[in-house]
Amino acid sequence: MSIGTYHYVFIGAILFYLSLLGMIINRKSLIHLLVCLELLLLAVNINFVAFSSAFLGIRGQIFTVFILTISAAEIAIGLSIIVVYFRNRGSILVDDATTLVDDATTLVDDAPKGKGSIHDIS
Amino acid sequence: MIEFFNSLSFSNCMFYMFSGVIILSAVAVISVRNPVYSVLFLIVTFINAAGLFILLGAEFIAFLMVIVYVGAVAVLFLFVVMMLNIRNRPLCTINRQLKYTAIFISGIVGIEIFFLTRNWGKFSGKECINRVVENETVSNTEMIGQVLYTEYFYPFQIAGLILFVAMIGSIVLTLRKRAGVRRQVTSKQLYRTKENSLILTSPKIGEGVQ
Repeated sequence: MSIGTYHYVFIGAILFYLSLLGMIINRKSLIHLLVCLELLLLAVNINFVAFSSAFLGIRGQIFTVFILTISAAEIAIGLSIIVVYFRNRGSILVDDATTLVDDATTLVDDAPKGKGSIHDIS
Repeated sequence: MIEFFNSLSFSNCMFYMFSGVIILSAVAVISVRNPVYSVLFLIVTFINAAGLFILLGAEFIAFLMVIVYVGAVAVLFLFVVMMLNIRNRPLCTINRQLKYTAIFISGIVGIEIFFLTRNWGKFSGKECINRVVENETVSNTEMIGQVLYTEYFYPFQIAGLILFVAMIGSIVLTLRKRAGVRRQVTSKQLYRTKENSLILTSPKIGEGVQ
């Protein structure tokens, strides 16, 4: 059995799945979320290049160049937002982002911890 | 099993090595608690993905991956992570709703891999891979250039515009003016003349400058 496009697509699917899983289990840290986003785009790139090689076209690699551009821009903007946020709040945990909540402490403490509560975290 | 070992040519060995390291380091990226280690494993993942791209015959993308990601993005990540002095990520806590989300996503990926397995014969085989390398007379980079600068000229310009907007945006976001910092104002310096900044006096002894 020689290595075909199937194997590369398989690697791309596994990488995509791992990065989605990482977004779920690391949802409290913005840096980890950005890192997982990079992994996601890498999985997409692997798929693009694999099919470009399979169908003997160059278009897939060109779209990979565009995806690289977009991800670089996104990382620059995201990291600068994180820097500004850390400068203002002293923390980049997603749980601490409660500025828009009316009264964060009382809401979290007094909210009903029932089945349909929006504060049913952890 | 014997057939598997007979098929282990050099490029197949390289594929298994690269993909194994990619998956292991991706698991490390999402599970390591220290963000610095996470970014370092991300670098390992990108280098091995560049190896996979070389196996696929896309050298330009491979070197772009190494230059852009390992050289720029990962260094940017490390710079920000080390500058912010953040704690390790909190321990993951998965509630019921999140567990359903995880099961849903796993199901989708499982179905995807199942359909891939059903179409195994369609895309596997040596006729698919490395034909770009074997049959072409121009190099990969030259092919990309011939298409990118003619057919995809406007998307290329828009990509440059997006990078420009991202640069301006990140500069504007992180620029700040702090009070109490002495700065050099060039226009004020150039505006000074001899008349409004220089007085010639000859004070007498015991009186001083009035």
